[in-house]
Amino acid sequence: MPYLGSEDVVKELKKALCNPHIQADRLRYRNVIQRVIRYMTQGLDMSGVFMEMVKASATVDIVQKKLVYLYMCTYAPLKPDLALLAINTLCKDCSDPNPMVRGLALRSMCSLRMSKLDQWGQAEVLNFLLRYQPRSEEELFDILNLLDSFLKSGSPGVVMGATKLFLILAKKFPHVQTDVLVRVKGPLLAACSSESRELCFVALCHVRQILHSLPGHFSSHYKKFFCSYSEPHYIKLQKVEVLCELVNDENVQQVLEELRGYCTDVSADFAQAAIFAIGSIARTYTDQCVQILTELLGLRQEHITTVVVQTFRDLVWLCPQCTEAVCQALPGCEENIQDSEGKQALIWLLGVHGERIPNAPYVLEDFVENVKSETFPAVKMELLTALLRLFLSRPAECQDMLGRLLYYCIEEEKDMAVRDRGLFYYRLLLVGIDEVKRILCSPKSDPTLGLLEDPAERPVNSWASDFNTLVPVYGKSRWATISKCHGAERCGPELPKTSSFAASGPLIPEENKERVQEVPDSGALMLVPNLQLTADYFEKTWLSLKVAHQQVLPWQGEFHPDTLQMALQVVNIQTIAMSRAGARPWKAYLSAQDDTGCLFLTELLWKPENSEMQISVKQNETRTETLKSFISVLETVIGTIEEIKS
Amino acid sequence: MISQFFILSSKGDPLIYKDFRGDSGGRDVAELFYRKLTGLPGDESPVVMHHEGRHFIHIRHSGLYLVVTTSENVSPFGLLELLSRLATLLGDYCGSLGEGTISRNVALVYELLDEVLDYGYVQTTSTEMLRNFIQTEAVVSKPFSLFDLSSVGLFGAETQQSKVAPSSAASRPVLSSRSDQSQKNEVFLDVVERLSVLIASNGSLLKVDVQGEIRLKSFLPSGSEMRIGLTEEFCVGKSELRGYGPGIRVDEVSFHSFVNLDEFESHRILRLQPPQGELTVMRYQLSDDLPSPLPFRLFPSVQWDRGSGRLQVYLKLRCDLPLKSQALNVRLHLPLPRGVISLSQELSSPEQKAELAEGALRWDLPRVQGGSQLSGLFQMDVPRPPGLPSHGLSTSAPPLGLGPASLSFELPRHTCSGLQVRFLRLAFRPCGNANPHKWVRHLSHSDAYVIRI
Repeated sequence: MPYLGSEDVVKELKKALCNPHIQADRLRYRNVIQRVIRYMTQGLDMSGVFMEMVKASATVDIVQKKLVYLYMCTYAPLKPDLALLAINTLCKDCSDPNPMVRGLALRSMCSLRMSKLDQWGQAEVLNFLLRYQPRSEEELFDILNLLDSFLKSGSPGVVMGATKLFLILAKKFPHVQTDVLVRVKGPLLAACSSESRELCFVALCHVRQILHSLPGHFSSHYKKFFCSYSEPHYIKLQKVEVLCELVNDENVQQVLEELRGYCTDVSADFAQAAIFAIGSIARTYTDQCVQILTELLGLRQEHITTVVVQTFRDLVWLCPQCTEAVCQALPGCEENIQDSEGKQALIWLLGVHGERIPNAPYVLEDFVENVKSETFPAVKMELLTALLRLFLSRPAECQDMLGRLLYYCIEEEKDMAVRDRGLFYYRLLLVGIDEVKRILCSPKSDPTLGLLEDPAERPVNSWASDFNTLVPVYGKSRWATISKCHGAERCGPELPKTSSFAASGPLIPEENKERVQEVPDSGALMLVPNLQLTADYFEKTWLSLKVAHQQVLPWQGEFHPDTLQMALQVVNIQTIAMSRAGARPWKAYLSAQDDTGCLFLTELLWKPENSEMQISVKQNETRTETLKSFISVLETVIGTIEEIKS
Repeated sequence: MISQFFILSSKGDPLIYKDFRGDSGGRDVAELFYRKLTGLPGDESPVVMHHEGRHFIHIRHSGLYLVVTTSENVSPFGLLELLSRLATLLGDYCGSLGEGTISRNVALVYELLDEVLDYGYVQTTSTEMLRNFIQTEAVVSKPFSLFDLSSVGLFGAETQQSKVAPSSAASRPVLSSRSDQSQKNEVFLDVVERLSVLIASNGSLLKVDVQGEIRLKSFLPSGSEMRIGLTEEFCVGKSELRGYGPGIRVDEVSFHSFVNLDEFESHRILRLQPPQGELTVMRYQLSDDLPSPLPFRLFPSVQWDRGSGRLQVYLKLRCDLPLKSQALNVRLHLPLPRGVISLSQELSSPEQKAELAEGALRWDLPRVQGGSQLSGLFQMDVPRPPGLPSHGLSTSAPPLGLGPASLSFELPRHTCSGLQVRFLRLAFRPCGNANPHKWVRHLSHSDAYVIRI
């Protein structure tokens, strides 16, 4: 081989390839091309003669064609523009009468690798791949291995697209899903501290989504979610939510310390959000949180006191062990509460736990004195109930003012609901004190509800398809309303309507009993009347069982828990626990047993914002037939009440 | 798929509007967007908003709103990335992004959008590819001048050739003045770190977080190769050890896909052939372990007499930077109890300023030398809330709403991680031209520097 730099070689070969004499002599032409290929194999850069080689492909000599195509496939990535010229020849060859030429052209065309996809193209392809269903486990893992590099991409769009694809493809392999979520932790955290607030917000929404399934996932990175004073409100609120969700034994001290700092923030909204956050952590770490909340009362700020008292109310209902501490903290609060919500909470606490608060009657007396100037009917209602309750435990101190309040409500009050409530209590008192006690002295707390209300860990698969979409950014409930009004005209009602009951008229017990008798006939289900289950037993059983059936029924507009409870009682379904009327979302736990001893435990979850009622049923023996019958009974009752109401 | 794209000024005036698919509404969406944005309840996020089957997704950049609308449930990460890429691209082509530059370059912006997005799908966002199609030249408001003093120093320019590179030099269009070749051969390399710190009231360090970036803005012809040498002791991860001593350690690093890492392992050299325009070469993060002491320490002492409502705050600020370094534009922000009325102050040097603004104390220190110590004594009157007993409560506890203090500052020629660019070498030899100018600058600034009181 002559000693020449590659530039000289290229120049010489170029000249030879252009020489018409050589082009005319098939053998010499082929020889020159062979030399190009030889140099190419030796690693010399031969891309300089690309143009001339493309010209050489237009030949009838198959050997020459093969050589040229080999050359083109090698250099096409370097010269994508010129490779386009070759496409023309390749297309022509595809319609050649010789099948060998056709095949060669097709194969070469497939192996022309041009410039790679940019990030936008990658994201698009990853999104498109979501539609593919791998045929075997091997194929699945082959795909995952190929996609691995995309998880390391510098573009968040590509990383999240790849993560979603992994989560969806590996839906039957939870450990693969967890592994992917561990790997995406770094990019997500980086996005959470990004300079772009918008990116930061979207990343925080996704962090919350992941925390629903893997509560400990970000616990060691809790400091990344501390707020900075210059951040916009919506980011701070998201961060506070994240902090609540990742709290654990190790970081609870630091997280609470940080949250306490936010409680005195200049923005009242943010301060209140922080207090509510401490309240929700208090369900697990009660003592520490109650202490912080009590200290906050000492600041004597209206916007803080009202939220702390509301938090206390919810807390004693769920965690009765903190009642004593709360009762000690309450005196003096009334001076710093002006808004309706705060007053209601305080009055409720004084009524229910008044026997432990020495000055409770005197505080309530102040409210009674000023009842004329009270603007919120809800406060007056709360006051009536609270005072009557307190009267039962401390009659001597309350009798006089109870009389005055009842007099005012019946004679002077203009709000009908308040007046009716007053009249009702008045008549109740006429029946006798034992009757009053039976009706008003309900349990003062319900820890089981708290345990059951704790958001259960949701499987990754329940949200995998929402990952890297707008759903986590809007939040699930807002997304539901959006997609509802969006898709309303398109799909119409998707759920089976229980229209067969539309004509059956108003709900009266007689008619309902008839229906109950119908149902067992059809499904051979006989529910035992007067089933007695304790809340504890229910909770234990509920937690140990898997959901056997879940469905959603439409439920528009208003809601009357009492009516529902009554109707359920008629068909021998007992209510174990339910949320306060007006709570959103509203929950109830039901139990029933058939004559063979099979238990049906049910959770009703009413989400007003979705206008639907979600039913989850658990069964202690797996029996599909009776389950079906039970569901139809439930559907019937709920459907009937729905119809009547509308 | 993107239905529409528009740019609004900070006051809501539409500057650019383009409909790609003609599938939703008309021009009034821009107005609708601004109305929704301003009427949003405080606890809702404006990033993604919804109206009648249409989603609005936007970013705020340089006081402008860059908005896209879509009717599909798209990837939010992808869209936000596209929007910030568009912002960079517009900055590259128009010189800088702002209300003025956009309205002066409307034709150019529309031409760009036309090439970047087709029927709502992204074609390309590479400055290099787009160069071939863009014909309009950017209109620049004022010619670039070395004596543009207003912006000198702010960025703390550092030079390799004992010249001063004003930061405005970087804010000119990549493609302007095609004829004027001599101006073009410049390259800017910035190492920028954002520092967030949280210090407890007892002085212990609760959180340190450094987010760093190496940004490159190149005016050189595309494809010219350059090599960036980083500090040789640069280590990634907790376990790696290089050189003697503690080394320059970061937790995580990510590189742009253009960067060739062949020499990174052995010599900490990044090789790349950057396209013209702006590019983030490398991003890194570091938490908890800083090699150097924190730039500032604050020693507050608060005296609070609940009875008379007299609040006295004594702040001592110590700058722990090396003696030769300095911090610029230092501002201390201290939220005060509600209703504070009067302020009297004693400051340790005349160039400082302190005032009450929006319920907080603002203490401005234009320049703080490394190793120095500054102090301020502030006395305020806090009106006593009615109905509060004037005694009986402890007087030692600070009043509600005081603190935490936060500092903002810039540290030119300083990186908190210790990372430095050793050299920037260009393989490119411009024919008939002087050597290209290379500007390498280091800067740290505060993201959130919070000290509890």
